[in-house]
Amino acid sequence: MKIAVCLKQVPDTEAEIKWDIPKGTLSRDGMDSITNPFDEFALEEALLTKENYDGEIVAISMGPEGAADVLRNALALTVDEVALCTDDAFAGSDTYSTAYVLAAAIKKAGDVDVVFTGKQSTDGNSGVVAAELAAVLGFAPLTYVSKVRSIDAAGKKIVVERAIEGGTEVIEAKLPAVVSVIKGINEPRLPNLMGIRKASKIEIPKWSAGDLGVDAGKVGAAGASTKVVEIAVPPPRGAGEILKGEIEEIANTITDKLIDLKVIK
Amino acid sequence: MANDVWVYIEHKDGDITPMSFELLGIGKQLADGFGSSVCAFVIGDKVDDLAKEAGAFGATKVYAVEGDVFKGFRGEAYAKAAAFLLEKYKPEIALFRATSMGTDVAAAAAAQLGFGLCTDTIGLAVDGGKVKMTRAAFGGNYSVSVVNEKAAPQIATVRPKAFAMGAKDASKSAEVVKESFALADADLATKVVEFIKSATAVNLVEADIIVSGGRGLGSDAGFAMLQELADLLGGAVGASRAAVDSEWIPYEHQVGQTGKTVKPKIYIACGISGAIQHLAGMRTSDCIVAINKDPDAPIFKAASFGIVGDYKEIVPKMIEKFKGKLNK
Ligand SMILES: Cc1cc2nc3c(=O)[nH]c(=O)nc-3n(C[C@H](O)[C@H](O)[C@H](O)COP(=O)(O)OP(=O)(O)OC[C@H]3O[C@@H](n4cnc5c(N)ncnc54)[C@H](O)[C@@H]3O)c2cc1C
Ligand SMILES: Cc1cc2nc3c(=O)[nH]c(=O)nc-3n(C[C@H](O)[C@H](O)[C@H](O)COP(=O)(O)OP(=O)(O)OC[C@H]3O[C@@H](n4cnc5c(N)ncnc54)[C@H](O)[C@@H]3O)c2cc1C
Repeated sequence: MKIAVCLKQVPDTEAEIKWDIPKGTLSRDGMDSITNPFDEFALEEALLTKENYDGEIVAISMGPEGAADVLRNALALTVDEVALCTDDAFAGSDTYSTAYVLAAAIKKAGDVDVVFTGKQSTDGNSGVVAAELAAVLGFAPLTYVSKVRSIDAAGKKIVVERAIEGGTEVIEAKLPAVVSVIKGINEPRLPNLMGIRKASKIEIPKWSAGDLGVDAGKVGAAGASTKVVEIAVPPPRGAGEILKGEIEEIANTITDKLIDLKVIK
Repeated sequence: MANDVWVYIEHKDGDITPMSFELLGIGKQLADGFGSSVCAFVIGDKVDDLAKEAGAFGATKVYAVEGDVFKGFRGEAYAKAAAFLLEKYKPEIALFRATSMGTDVAAAAAAQLGFGLCTDTIGLAVDGGKVKMTRAAFGGNYSVSVVNEKAAPQIATVRPKAFAMGAKDASKSAEVVKESFALADADLATKVVEFIKSATAVNLVEADIIVSGGRGLGSDAGFAMLQELADLLGGAVGASRAAVDSEWIPYEHQVGQTGKTVKPKIYIACGISGAIQHLAGMRTSDCIVAINKDPDAPIFKAASFGIVGDYKEIVPKMIEKFKGKLNK
């Protein structure tokens, strides 16, 4: 079975965000970066799938050259192959162009049965690349997956549980499929020292727009249809009121105030 | 009309709540800005009741695709039908709710049309002949406005409760346009085997009132107390990641950057410090009450009302007072 996993590099949530305001993009230089937290679950699920069913894993990232770090981390966890989709032409991609490039990379990797992604990134926060990727590739869309019950590569079948509003949906789908995973589906493992040392010596293959054969008019800032026109810091919430006094009095006041909002029925 | 504003009516097997129609309110406002009409679009195995209700909530026209293949909910099938309708009529913008169902349909339909979309939108305004869509990024630390210049239509998923609902007027009805769209079971890759209803049936995103607990609760017993308060108020129970990681409560209750984004009318945070990743998920709530024993806890900066003290003393007192005042 061939397994692909999509890993995005994102700014560390503690890091100070720098914007390139005219371009409406992030200045990623000099910012601490990490693997998108949800993608660690996707990577772990890929590793578990490989262990349980046999197969090989290709980890794919689109981003600037520095995004090679997330792939090195994946190599340290023993994925078989990696590919960094990097090209100046990709900068400023929107969710569709991202899905389009990732889809091209998955096709280039060849005969992929299942693609794992995270539910959402912590920077763009869109939570749609998986569904878009499935639509572009014509793969079965399996989003918000909380458990992979079984995969039958020969029979081209996968059964998963999806965590959606109000409960869990069990879905049977044909392979190939795109599976986006939520937090808690597994416990991501950490690389060991030997893995890290080995990974540090591996050359990370880079795929350009040309290598991927993508239509330059559909990628990057030129291709993105969604343009950022304004970036603002939302106004702070007005300083609230601290209720003072004896507990009895505080409880009296707060319950009155909440009842006054006319929300409680 | 090309300038029309379309609202997708979300339902599961014909099950609807008033919230299914909530976007007709903002849809109408945008349509007024364009001098056009607000229309609904529905997909399902039976759509007549949905169409009728959409009319009462203000849709002037309802576009529908009906068929057995749409029984239950399959994002894949719904997205194909949605893309077909949007491609054919090219409205100005199509609005979906930012729920799992709405997001799946919107994203796959946008990808089929070859466009990006704006997700979890919290601001929508007509600007220079287009709709400017505003959303949060980086866990709510920034708000970003986007315009989709090339897309016809623009597509946005909208955060539940971000806009006021339109009023219902049962005397109003909409013209219904049924479109045939052939789709066979064999064309689809997914099949729903079963739906297992959650025992706690938590629906944080829809809740008007959320009582949330953090590490400061100290144990799962603390959540029993919060549940009592939530039940009394007709609300749901939320949690910080620290509480989820302590296994006091399942992940589906987690609010924050790696949990759910919520916008209730009242959010009561008990024993939650107010880390940036937690605030990301709840800072747009209408009224935030913080109960924390540390007067310097950052949550107080986001709170409408702050109470410095031990939740174990305050919450039971609140329960007692509410019971008296609400006659429960
Ligand atoms: C502030 C801001 C606002 C934006 N607003 C919009 C907008 O409104 N509409 C729009 O279409 N685009 C928007 N973009 C662009 C969009 O965020 C990027 O195109 C991004 O590459 C993909 O979206 P995401 O990070 O939100 O992905 P999500 O859909 O949240 O990611 C889901 C999963 O897809 C995979 N994935 C995503 N990106 C990559 C990657 N580069 N490499 C490998 N795997 C990946 C990961 O597994 C990830 O967990 C915005 C970007 C920023 C920074
Ligand atoms: C990538 C990433 C993603 C994350 N995603 C999320 C997320 O989605 N959601 C989330 O919540 N967190 C998230 N976090 C974690 C976040 O940074 C915080 O660690 C977490 O929110 C802390 O939870 P807490 O407020 O319950 O605990 P703490 O920060 O430990 O705060 C406990 C609070 O309880 C108070 N307290 C103690 N006893 C009492 C008492 N008896 N009565 C009243 N108050 C009391 C204390 O004064 C303290 O303020 C994420 C972190 C990272 C790095």
